[in-house]
Amino acid sequence: MFKKISPYLYILPALIIIVIFRFIPIVLSFIISFFEWNINGVGQFIGISNYTKLISDPEFWQSLLNTFYLVIFVVPSAIIISLFFAVLLNNVEKFRGFFRTIYYIPAVTSLVAVSIVWKIIFNQQSGLANFLLEKFGFHPLGWLAESRGIMELFLGNFGIDVPSWLAGPSLALFSIILVTVWRSLGYNTIIYLAGLQNIPKVYYEASEIDGASKTRQFFGITLPLISPTTFYVLMMTTITTFQVFSQVYLMTGPPIGGPLGTTKVIVYYIYDKGFGESQNLSYASAIALVLFVIILSFTLIQKKLEKKVHY
Amino acid sequence: MKSLSQIFIYTILILCGISMVIPFLWMATTAFKTQTEVNRGNVGFIPMDQYSEYNYKGELHHVKLIKVIGDSCFIHVFNEKNQIIREYAKVPTNEVKQIKKIAFHWENFKKAFQKVPFAKYFFNTIFVSISVLIGVLITSSLAAYAFARMEFFGKNTIFYLFISMMMVPQPIYLIPSYVLLNNLGWIDTYQALIVPWIANIFTIFLLRQHFKTIPQELFDAAAIDGCSRFRMLWQIVIPLSKPVISTAAVFSVIGSWNSFMWPLVMTNSESLRVLQVGLSYFSQESSSQTTLLMAASTFSILPLIILFLFAQKKIIASVASSGLKG
Repeated sequence: MFKKISPYLYILPALIIIVIFRFIPIVLSFIISFFEWNINGVGQFIGISNYTKLISDPEFWQSLLNTFYLVIFVVPSAIIISLFFAVLLNNVEKFRGFFRTIYYIPAVTSLVAVSIVWKIIFNQQSGLANFLLEKFGFHPLGWLAESRGIMELFLGNFGIDVPSWLAGPSLALFSIILVTVWRSLGYNTIIYLAGLQNIPKVYYEASEIDGASKTRQFFGITLPLISPTTFYVLMMTTITTFQVFSQVYLMTGPPIGGPLGTTKVIVYYIYDKGFGESQNLSYASAIALVLFVIILSFTLIQKKLEKKVHY
Repeated sequence: MKSLSQIFIYTILILCGISMVIPFLWMATTAFKTQTEVNRGNVGFIPMDQYSEYNYKGELHHVKLIKVIGDSCFIHVFNEKNQIIREYAKVPTNEVKQIKKIAFHWENFKKAFQKVPFAKYFFNTIFVSISVLIGVLITSSLAAYAFARMEFFGKNTIFYLFISMMMVPQPIYLIPSYVLLNNLGWIDTYQALIVPWIANIFTIFLLRQHFKTIPQELFDAAAIDGCSRFRMLWQIVIPLSKPVISTAAVFSVIGSWNSFMWPLVMTNSESLRVLQVGLSYFSQESSSQTTLLMAASTFSILPLIILFLFAQKKIIASVASSGLKG
């Protein structure tokens, strides 16, 4: 008899914690979003009015757009650069471990500390970024204080005016993008390197006999065979980029999310609605659930795509 | 030909490596500068002191050059405490010496550490990290043992519940967790920082994978000798799994140490601030003190960088295997 129930005793401690602190909160978040709810407690049932309010909330759409900019810029750059790093590392033997360690350092350091450091790097007067730009003969930039879009700034150099929908993410948001890519590289490089080392050498040997060039080998063998890893990196980076918070919280402002709300991302908006001035936990919970649905659908689409492109 | 391309690859690797660590180098070197230097525009990587010196009444003093008129000039003379002791002194220009020397201002670290109670923040972070670690190791080895070596009704259901919970990102359950902890009366307590984190699904999986690889014969032999199931965990499984347990431990500590959003939301009082939250408030309150901010950033990431350098082989091997499916 005891043998029958004892397995549950082993699972129980973990199960209790996970049910109370993961499962119940997730169920609770639906309930909270349908009631009036603030820091002091529960109020009336308000149905889906939080969700209808979301549709006409310009701040929500702005923060969603900023988050999409973040994902669209961070994910492909992270994939291309980390694959590039991994291919380089895969082509050397000496010091491979050393470089791997160096590249991984940003990934273990706290986002709070690195955000503080990057904020000072992007400081217009005493920052390293403008110092280097000037050293190489470029004009200093406004970085985190610049609300104009990067396309607007870039094409403006050639006297071209761009319509506002083409202006792109603000330079301030672009600075956040740079930091986010920088921090993601170590992790993704390690994953890619492992994937590359998993490709059987015979493929390369065979293609060499057929006289394939290195470029041809990369596009004909490496890229297709590494695609499961690419999907993994794609998925992980997308999920984490949707959740960017610390960089925005520490690097921008005051007010946080500035200039002109161009760096306000969705998770900061959730935080601000729930714990800022309005303390509207109910509305914040509704936004969080919308974010969850978005992340979930991206994950499912990527999974679908992965099945289609399988080697 | 081969060696030429190798040199090329190494050059690129070095350049990329520099760009990955340059923020840290700049952080560390800026932490040693004086704020005056930084405000003056010394942005480079070498902490330097630049000032003018003048022998005023038989003693060398720092002075500030105001205006040069022909061979003579007007200066302000400062004492050691950087207070002006004489304004607009007219002196010969060639007796005012321009000093430029490399100087490391270690006192920035001390100043930053004392400006806000960083000692308390460190204590809180270490206390929370260790408590979470102990909890995680206990709950995870028990659960992983059951998942790996026992058959019971509902095993798969519970397993999938765990997997699906792992997929939910933290910002999603932040608000309801706050509501829950608030109802428990746990807001602004250590429990709020520790208890919800003492079960770690990732660790359960990591340990389960390893526990599965232990040969069944060992368990059979132990059973014949009358060894209980719990003793097998304690005397066979855990001793054989030391490497994977230490990997899990390192990941747990890194996670607790760097956790920010959760403690930011769940605590209010200064005495409960963990390092990341304290650092964040410090950066908002002293945003103009860049040298102190750099010093504080340096000492708050140093422990983790040291831990990483010691455990880097384990960490990298574990990350590498997480991407390889199947």
